[in-house]
Amino acid sequence: MSMQPDKVRLRSLSARRRSANVLFQSLCYIATALGLTALFLILGSLLHNGLGGVSLRVFTENTPGPGSQGGLRNAIVGSAIMTVLGVCVGTPIGILAGTFMAEYGRYNRVTPIVRFINDILLSAPSIIIGLFVYELVVVPMGGFSALAGSAALALIVIPVVVRTTEDMLLLVPNSLREAAASIGAPRSVIIRSVSYKAAQAGIVTGILLAIARVSGETAPLLFTALGNLNFSLDLKGPMASLPLIINQFASSAYPEWQSLAWTGALIVTAAVLLLSIAARVLVSKRSD
Amino acid sequence: MSVSTSSTPALSGAATSPAVVQQSATPALDKIRIENLSFFYGQNRALKDITLSLTENQVTAFIGPSGCGKSTLLRVLNRIYELYPNQRAEGTVLLDGEDILDPKQDRNVLRARIGMVFQKPTPFPMSIYENIAFGVRLYDHLSRSEMDERVEHALRGAALWNEVKDKLHASGTSLSGGQQQRLCIARTVAVKPEVILFDEPCSALDPISTSRIEELIDELSSSYTIAIVTHNMQQAARVSDHTAFMYLGELVEFGETQTIFTAPKQKKTEEYITGRFG
Repeated sequence: MSMQPDKVRLRSLSARRRSANVLFQSLCYIATALGLTALFLILGSLLHNGLGGVSLRVFTENTPGPGSQGGLRNAIVGSAIMTVLGVCVGTPIGILAGTFMAEYGRYNRVTPIVRFINDILLSAPSIIIGLFVYELVVVPMGGFSALAGSAALALIVIPVVVRTTEDMLLLVPNSLREAAASIGAPRSVIIRSVSYKAAQAGIVTGILLAIARVSGETAPLLFTALGNLNFSLDLKGPMASLPLIINQFASSAYPEWQSLAWTGALIVTAAVLLLSIAARVLVSKRSD
Repeated sequence: MSVSTSSTPALSGAATSPAVVQQSATPALDKIRIENLSFFYGQNRALKDITLSLTENQVTAFIGPSGCGKSTLLRVLNRIYELYPNQRAEGTVLLDGEDILDPKQDRNVLRARIGMVFQKPTPFPMSIYENIAFGVRLYDHLSRSEMDERVEHALRGAALWNEVKDKLHASGTSLSGGQQQRLCIARTVAVKPEVILFDEPCSALDPISTSRIEELIDELSSSYTIAIVTHNMQQAARVSDHTAFMYLGELVEFGETQTIFTAPKQKKTEEYITGRFG
């Protein structure tokens, strides 16, 4: 007799849990579907509006004047130069600072402060970074320049790489460090040969995130690299970049410029995508 | 059990210490002599005045309930605790008569002399070959063929060679748990240590892998001084020459394994090995 009420209670409990599970699962599915839909809509409109404009001319001709035909050569080259420079300067600084926080300074009282400041930098509006570099580089140098643009981009790269490097190194189990120490490996060797190796994929992902972020940045370049409708390789002078051109052309009244803006957006997206795929393939090959 | 005369530096350490056990015709040397060792995690004292010796080329087992300090003791012997802040050892630990707790001693060289195998297998994220070559390269510059030889020798020593000889460049993490643990032993042996510390090396392994590791420890004991922490009393009885029973950070009893398991002098020891507590 005493078993009966228990069984009834259990049955209603399990029914409730089952429906709660169904509800929660559905919410997860819906959220995923919403996110994916937005992503595909963006990619779809990019392809729809931008693909038509992709031709050899886009890569061989510079940005045209209003109402005439042209390409994006100066912007593509400018973006590539400033992104590469910014990433090359920002990545080593970011990795080393992240290494300090996760390895040497893990129990240091300074580390939480560094982390806090880094998080502020990470979430700082990029236009502020542009203004900062304007004061720090553009004003003393007496003009806008690709160097100033790269410096602004490097400042955006650093906190992203610091954060991911630290997070990924913290995920490396201490047992692995102990094992390396136990055969007599000094600290620097443990970090370089074991920690980095174990965290490799994550650190590379962080660098990719930084590249993706930087290659789409417009605001920090407005006050630093300025933009340039002509082709220029002069690092001390204003330089064109894809996001700047997209910003300028998309808000213009000329259909040729608008169409080039779409094409530019497609090129940025495709470049970042290809880069991530290439890096992932490389990492998975190396870790075999 | 043979005592090589080449390791005479141990004599100075042995001379000052009371002979613990004389069970073979040749006098057993103290490879490691621990004197009045205390250990602190912050304010918490985890070891209290431990004094004992590890005899050269013999196996010493450490048993006792969880938290009794046996792993802590092992972690003092290669100063691995120094990776963490707020951990501190007091007392003397002599390796061949030299105090290894002396800050002037290079801890990395010390760790190459005193290897350690951990509870969970910890292969490095590299190939099987590199897992072993990595440690060797730290202290030896070998030619390609010498390195190949060293790797093979280490893998044979750890009874793993036949299973991996055709896939030396496969990832170390692709091996089974038991194989990974033997890889870790091979890696430790490859740097030619004098002492090997085993910290519950079988607790994550199945019975077959466990018995292979035990056989291995038995073979290794002819050329290395071995300390093993274990929760498995049968294992301690099977593999060790001496056994130390620890409780709440203190050394309760230390002696020949046979004596500890058949005629313990302390009541606490008897209660523990008969399973009445712990």
